[in-house]
Amino acid sequence: MLNQLTLTQTIEGLKKNQFSLDELYQAVDQAIGKKNKKLNAYLTLNEKSLATAKKQSKKALMGVPIAVKDNFCTAELRTTASSKVLDNFQPPFNATVVNKLEENGGVVLGKTNLDAWAHGSSTETSDYGRTLNPRNTDYLPGGSSGGSAAAVAADMCIAAIGSETAGSIRQPAAWCGAVGVKPTYGRVSRYGVAAMASSTDSPGPITKTVEDGAVLLNAIAGHDPLDATTNEEKSPDFTKLIGKSIKGLKIGYIYHDTEGLEMVNEKLESQLPVLEKLGAKVEKASALDPHYAIGVYTVVQRAEVSSNLARYDGIRYGNDRSYFCHEAKKRQMLGTYTISRATEINTYQLAQKVRTLFVEDMKKLFSKYDILVSATSPGFAKKIGATEGSAMFGELEDMLLEPSSITGYPGINVPFYHDPQTNLFLGMSLVVPMWEEQKMFHVADAFEKNTDWNTWRKQS
Amino acid sequence: MSWQDKYKPVIGLETHAELKTASKMFCGCVNDPFGAKQPNSHTCPVCLGMPGGLPVPNKKAIEWTLKIGLATDCEVNLFSKFDRKHYFYPDLAKGYQISQYDLPFCYGGKLETSQGIIGIRRVHLEEDTAKLLHKKIDGKDVSLIDFNRSGVPLVEIVTEPDIRNGAQAKEYGKKMRQLLRYLDVADCDMEQGGMRLEANISLRKKGTKELPSYKVEIKNINSFRFMEQAIDYELERQAKILDSGETPQQETRGWDATKNQTFSQRSKEEAEDYRYFPEPDIPPIRFTEDQVEKIKSALPETPQQVAGRWEKDYELTAAQAAQLSTVESESELAWLDSILKLLNQQKLDIQLFANDLINKKLSVTQKLTPEEVVKRFESLHATEEIDGGELAGLIQEVLKNNQDAVEKYQAGEQQVLGFLMGQVLGKIDKKLDPKQVRNALQTALED
Repeated sequence: MLNQLTLTQTIEGLKKNQFSLDELYQAVDQAIGKKNKKLNAYLTLNEKSLATAKKQSKKALMGVPIAVKDNFCTAELRTTASSKVLDNFQPPFNATVVNKLEENGGVVLGKTNLDAWAHGSSTETSDYGRTLNPRNTDYLPGGSSGGSAAAVAADMCIAAIGSETAGSIRQPAAWCGAVGVKPTYGRVSRYGVAAMASSTDSPGPITKTVEDGAVLLNAIAGHDPLDATTNEEKSPDFTKLIGKSIKGLKIGYIYHDTEGLEMVNEKLESQLPVLEKLGAKVEKASALDPHYAIGVYTVVQRAEVSSNLARYDGIRYGNDRSYFCHEAKKRQMLGTYTISRATEINTYQLAQKVRTLFVEDMKKLFSKYDILVSATSPGFAKKIGATEGSAMFGELEDMLLEPSSITGYPGINVPFYHDPQTNLFLGMSLVVPMWEEQKMFHVADAFEKNTDWNTWRKQS
Repeated sequence: MSWQDKYKPVIGLETHAELKTASKMFCGCVNDPFGAKQPNSHTCPVCLGMPGGLPVPNKKAIEWTLKIGLATDCEVNLFSKFDRKHYFYPDLAKGYQISQYDLPFCYGGKLETSQGIIGIRRVHLEEDTAKLLHKKIDGKDVSLIDFNRSGVPLVEIVTEPDIRNGAQAKEYGKKMRQLLRYLDVADCDMEQGGMRLEANISLRKKGTKELPSYKVEIKNINSFRFMEQAIDYELERQAKILDSGETPQQETRGWDATKNQTFSQRSKEEAEDYRYFPEPDIPPIRFTEDQVEKIKSALPETPQQVAGRWEKDYELTAAQAAQLSTVESESELAWLDSILKLLNQQKLDIQLFANDLINKKLSVTQKLTPEEVVKRFESLHATEEIDGGELAGLIQEVLKNNQDAVEKYQAGEQQVLGFLMGQVLGKIDKKLDPKQVRNALQTALED
């Protein structure tokens, strides 16, 4: 089945003329036709994707179909950010990531579901209904890039693009048993991505393998004159260290003796010997209590959300503010409060100070280790409806990722355990120093290739 | 006892000027809101506040802001940043204005006026809003928005509350406009809103140090004359209220140019909460001492500095130097400077030249070279020779024909001398030296 191919395999197959773009798109369309109604991963499909692909076939990505989260502006397709505020919003421009994707031969196959405005870790806050986990439809796919992760896991695309503010790529990838890449803040342009928290938003790939993640990041990374926070230096080839020995690398296993982490800690510890066997040195390391990171993130993100959503007034485009869902209203109210003069202390500034402590902690850790490893999420995917009545659901779910999110450090999720009974996965989080994404692809790929957890590797 | 004996005015000015950079402040759109052929033609996702639109600061606008700051003796913040200022208005595309809060690019400068120095508290950079147009279309009242102005670089110059009266505010405003034009960074078209003034006015009791407990803001004044009138009116109004034992209301007032009075627009009981926080889309901005020095050394001599030099070198009076240096371009000032230099070299009367220009006796433009101007000045005062006997004959003839004037003069009416001079000069088709004629005439009359 061509839709089950990884990105690397698809490019290879197209290069060798083992199949045509028509056959590839037919297989993907069939999968979508069969599964999307139930899974609700796509909100909008691109009718012209195959025609576009045929024009792209000479470029690096050869015209492969890529699913794109619906908070990326697309000039040809409506863009909703899963909010009825933008119910029929047709942007007059493409996000830089979309342009880069197309310049490199990728094709936007469709726009995927997310938590409305990317507010959430379940895809349950979408105004267009929740997405289900393709691995087990009684469960949630995670979020906010739940639609993209589900599209990958269900083979309804070859690879996908998501965006992460704190866990929104890595956590749904973990829950759906896929690879999720959160690049360094500033590595990938945010231009044309409906902003959530401007100081942490990072677009990135969700893919079937680690190598796919590196290939797709190569296509979308780099300086953008339209985003003043992007790195002006040229991006390296992210696949460069893939396949090389990890011998001698120092890996810090971030251990938190925190209630609720016992199960993932135990399962993760059983997998660390894989890395040791490959020659890496693994050592237990302690880091700042991630609960503080939740505090920082909650204040900073809500503040920026309240500001970033102010433009949606229904005057120039879209519907008026009464169309905001409960979650978005709640976040805007809390954010407005944290930057207002209503509080005696400046909560936002205080949070920024604690954020600096996390940056210092990261620097300290990386003075000792090449790479940090932990579980991505405190557990398996949660059942449908789990978010109800749990205001801080996402923050707790993303607790282990928030330190790297608020500090801008890059990270990757790679599956490290599979429960045969539920068919659900656990994900391992690898975090590396700023601008050194090559290292995380290096180690994650070594782990993936030397274990059986990745379902796509198993096939081949 | 007038109110001036009891109260001291506390007046500060905020000046907004649109910079004339080629592109807008945070996007690549053309910065020409007045020249645009169509409304909303100079727009893009950034200045329209579309999802994912991101601001990229205009380097030229930042450099020009430093230029303005340095030309007014400001310090430069070597570490600076932009902040978001939040409020809702239909002309504000993003729901916030990108401005500067606690770290403006420049601070602590000054500008001199004839009534004393006015401190400049800060010079910062922000973006302009769109323009609202209220119209009737098909019988329906509608509000239209033109985003051509949205995101135009806007510099804000805030003074210390050092201003004493309307006249000084007007002089400051005019000097600031002259400086901005002279630095070639802003057109300052007040009619179009390219330069906008706001005055904060209050009175404090003489002898007290603390600032008054209230502040009246006068907004949207589009001429210096109106500003002067509004300030003076407001000082009188507030003095009357204070005299009656009350405190004027904290409010925003406008100027009614037909009734010649200020009127209440909106009361401002509490300070507004703009929920400022650092703009996360733009990294902080750092300058090195070298960069600042480079901008500083490239600054042209300001009109004030040139005037000071003229006073010293050519013994012009302060008033003459100030009036003569009131030009709006660097090239015009340099042109004048080289004329004065030339006059000085040729040992000609520079004070006379200055008066001729000020009194419009001599009308010259930059189209003439300094040499040509000097020639014109000389020919203005050139005289022709006349034989002493010929002149005496002329005078006798005039005196004979104007016996009653001669009698008047001899009775003490000195002013008829001018009339007689005119008669003499009119008799001959030559440009005579008035001094020579006057002397000869006086001698003849006193005989």
